[in-house]
Amino acid sequence: MQPCGTFSSDYAQDMAIIRTRTQWVLAIAGLIVLFTLPLYCNDPILSRINSLAIMIVAVLGLMILTGYAGQINLGQAAFVCVGAYSSALMVTRLGLSFWVAMPLSGVSAGVVGLIFGLPSLRVKGFYLAMTTLAAQFIIPTLIAHVRTDITGGGNGLIVPPPYLGKEPLNTQTEMFFVIIPVVVILTFVAKSLVRGPIGRSFVAIRDNELAAESMGINVFRYKLLAFFICSFFAGISGSLWAHWLRLVHYDLLTIMESVWYLGMMIIGGMGSITGAIIGPIFVYGLDQVLTWVAHAAGDMFAGVPATLPAAIRLVVFGIIIILFLAFEPRGLNHRWEVFKAAYRLTPFSY
Amino acid sequence: MTDLLQIIVSGLLVGGIYAFMALGMVLIFKATGVFNFASGHLMALGAFVAILIIVQLGLPIWLGIIGALVIAAISGILAERLALRRLIGQPHMSALMATLALAYLTQGVILAAWQGKIYVLPEFLPTGPINLGAIVIDSELLWPFIIVVFLFGGFAIFFARTKIGLGMRATAEDHQLAQLKGINVKFVFALTWAIAGVLGTVAGILMGHRMGVSLTLAFVGFRVIPVVLLGGLDSINGAIVGGLIIGIVERLVAGYFDPWLTNIAPFIVLLIIMIIRPEGLFGQERIERV
Repeated sequence: MQPCGTFSSDYAQDMAIIRTRTQWVLAIAGLIVLFTLPLYCNDPILSRINSLAIMIVAVLGLMILTGYAGQINLGQAAFVCVGAYSSALMVTRLGLSFWVAMPLSGVSAGVVGLIFGLPSLRVKGFYLAMTTLAAQFIIPTLIAHVRTDITGGGNGLIVPPPYLGKEPLNTQTEMFFVIIPVVVILTFVAKSLVRGPIGRSFVAIRDNELAAESMGINVFRYKLLAFFICSFFAGISGSLWAHWLRLVHYDLLTIMESVWYLGMMIIGGMGSITGAIIGPIFVYGLDQVLTWVAHAAGDMFAGVPATLPAAIRLVVFGIIIILFLAFEPRGLNHRWEVFKAAYRLTPFSY
Repeated sequence: MTDLLQIIVSGLLVGGIYAFMALGMVLIFKATGVFNFASGHLMALGAFVAILIIVQLGLPIWLGIIGALVIAAISGILAERLALRRLIGQPHMSALMATLALAYLTQGVILAAWQGKIYVLPEFLPTGPINLGAIVIDSELLWPFIIVVFLFGGFAIFFARTKIGLGMRATAEDHQLAQLKGINVKFVFALTWAIAGVLGTVAGILMGHRMGVSLTLAFVGFRVIPVVLLGGLDSINGAIVGGLIIGIVERLVAGYFDPWLTNIAPFIVLLIIMIIRPEGLFGQERIERV
């Protein structure tokens, strides 16, 4: 819903992301605050922001595939893994620059995603979840055991930082300025994709495949496209992650991470790009608070087992997902829309 | 030739337990239409409860097993009542996510209560190899297999002869028709989850007896997913055949190729089934062409 007095006189206006002057002011102010964050945050906080931003990229991809095109993906972490390893290998073994390797690793993850998306020709719904689950188990095992002389096998790989000219970008602040522009651009790309013809085809496929096909949408092609876009985002996320952490190891990206991404997407709200940003922020923030509380409890009381922080995270996360599914399946984004509508309608209640 | 026979026999024995675990998933899917990703975690939970009673409290083994079965049944009912019943009528995706969330939750509980250590159950089944002509049978595999076969027989009678069993089959066919016939569908849902919990616990104890009780058990549950899909999601016979086939495939791969391939061989089989015959060997075919 747009504020009162906003009229669209042509199609471009109707499709624009930013409509009113207030939105322009807020968007520009938001970007300024975002890009000056290193001025007010110290390194530990900045490192958390970086890690969160990398997660957001993966969730954005998942949102397009699962939230818009309706294809469940239980293997997003495996595609992130593909992106991370291909970027790491391109930089360390082929000597490519990070700036070339990042988009290429997106493409390579995308191609792997296409391969696992192929069964979507025949299967749908949770059968498809099974093939992506297979991806989640097959890909890391292959990385661990095939050509370990290249992939490093169980030792993982040490990755160099990105270079700008001859300067290594190895502090959190420098990485912040590598990661955040990528995230902003990809958010814009995702937003543009889903409001255009491609996104509308995805939504049509999600809502009813038969109807979509009879309206002339090539369902199979668009499903594969959705898979490609999803794993492309995952690949970029993986590449950023590898060069930010400067280490890649397949054990860091298990089925638990895939479920984590799905949970963030559901909590954010399926079928909205805003949700793909709110969800990770909420879940990650909560996770940090819980970890802190659990550690504080561990310091205060003797005899608290060392596994307690991890256990509390898992339990709370599980309960929150179930609560959201049962009581607010449209996620936090829906709450945000309700708030915006209420704000715009005040003082009238309808 | 003896090698091959040996591999097939031990594969069959492992496959029997897989089939048993798959049965729990198939039952839940048939009755409620939910694919239970948490089955491995429920299985681990049952085994850990047995550990708690037998090892940590020092009570007799039979009491431990009965206690674990009861608690597993209760946790199955709780999962259905608190999480999944609220999601009836929502898309498949929601129920699927809810079971994944349940898996998270259970793993958290296990981590908090048992600190992720490995425990060993006291031996209550005979161990040691049995020589049968040229092939050697590991009795740690044989006895669980025999128990599983008996339990399968018991379930077959339960579904074919008892009133509750028939009610469950009717519910699996059609919820509304079953309700019209006076079957309490909600009760059947709860019962299904309780039975699945019990089945999981039996499988968990049998597996834990052989390989120790740890969180690894939970991830064995994921390897049962290919079994279920190979046999057909809604077919009990399929679960048996699928379990045996996957067991043999795993052993064949371990015997003739690299051992690490055993972990992914079931999933490669899964990918092949998905492309060739998505409904599985015995599953009901739903034809819809787009």
